[in-house]
Amino acid sequence: MSAHDVDVDKHVRTYIIVFVSLLALTLVTVAISYLEMTTGPAVALALLVATVKASLVACFFMHLISERKLIYLVLGFTVLFFLFVLLGPLATEANQVGV
Amino acid sequence: MSVTAIPYTVEPRPDTGLNNVKLGIWLFLASEVMLFGALFASYILLRVGADAGTWPRGDSILNVPLATLNTAVLITSSVTMVMAWASCMRRDFGKFRLYQGLTVLAGFVFLGIKYVEYTSKFHHDLFPSTSTFLAIYFTLTGLHALHVIGGMAYNAYLWGPGARMWKSDLEQFTNRVEASGLFWHFVDLVWIFLFPILYLL
Repeated sequence: MSAHDVDVDKHVRTYIIVFVSLLALTLVTVAISYLEMTTGPAVALALLVATVKASLVACFFMHLISERKLIYLVLGFTVLFFLFVLLGPLATEANQVGV
Repeated sequence: MSVTAIPYTVEPRPDTGLNNVKLGIWLFLASEVMLFGALFASYILLRVGADAGTWPRGDSILNVPLATLNTAVLITSSVTMVMAWASCMRRDFGKFRLYQGLTVLAGFVFLGIKYVEYTSKFHHDLFPSTSTFLAIYFTLTGLHALHVIGGMAYNAYLWGPGARMWKSDLEQFTNRVEASGLFWHFVDLVWIFLFPILYLL
């Protein structure tokens, strides 16, 4: 078995661990929805678990944990614009409520 | 007529340190983030702007057990997709065919469950025009389903006729599987957010 094969084997073990974690976190997401919580904390908790799951997919399945700098730069800009698209309209709504 | 090969499909460009396939798919995914981002922003704005008590909880209308099952199906398909890529790295064509085939099959299962969900809504006279919630539900899940179909089509191509490249240029073929996998994982990632915001909150 070559060093290359050993490296791929290590990756495969990680994939299985991530897979099990994702399934467990899916059950956690559903369980949280059965808790008697007000909308604010329920949204925050659900989004937190979803973000952890998404990070696992991005870091390990999409190999972002060991990617080149240029990809991080592209994604950095994407996150910036994404937040603007997400928060811009909300700011307008908050302004309306204030009026 | 001479045929010029497209450069840097496998070897990294000296200036970017990446091959063009990798950079290209990530730029495409960045545009996809903005596409879904705009719809997520619309969802938040519609929900925040709705009159108090008029926005339904997803689980009062939608089928949570089926959606949970679909989440598990997509997560499983992400693992089989990455295993297909690992099989390319190990030069194991049989395993590649198996995992790639399972990925496409999981796509069919996901769409089948989605079909059951949609038809159940239609039978109960619940259409996109029924309410703002259902409008954004059908828009987001419909767009996501179109992405699943697109990913399945290319994955099926790589499983079938596209696999001829295994013999002629394995490195480039592995790159194609990796790029296709990145798209497929992105589709999974979008669902990870769609599931709680539409079905559980």
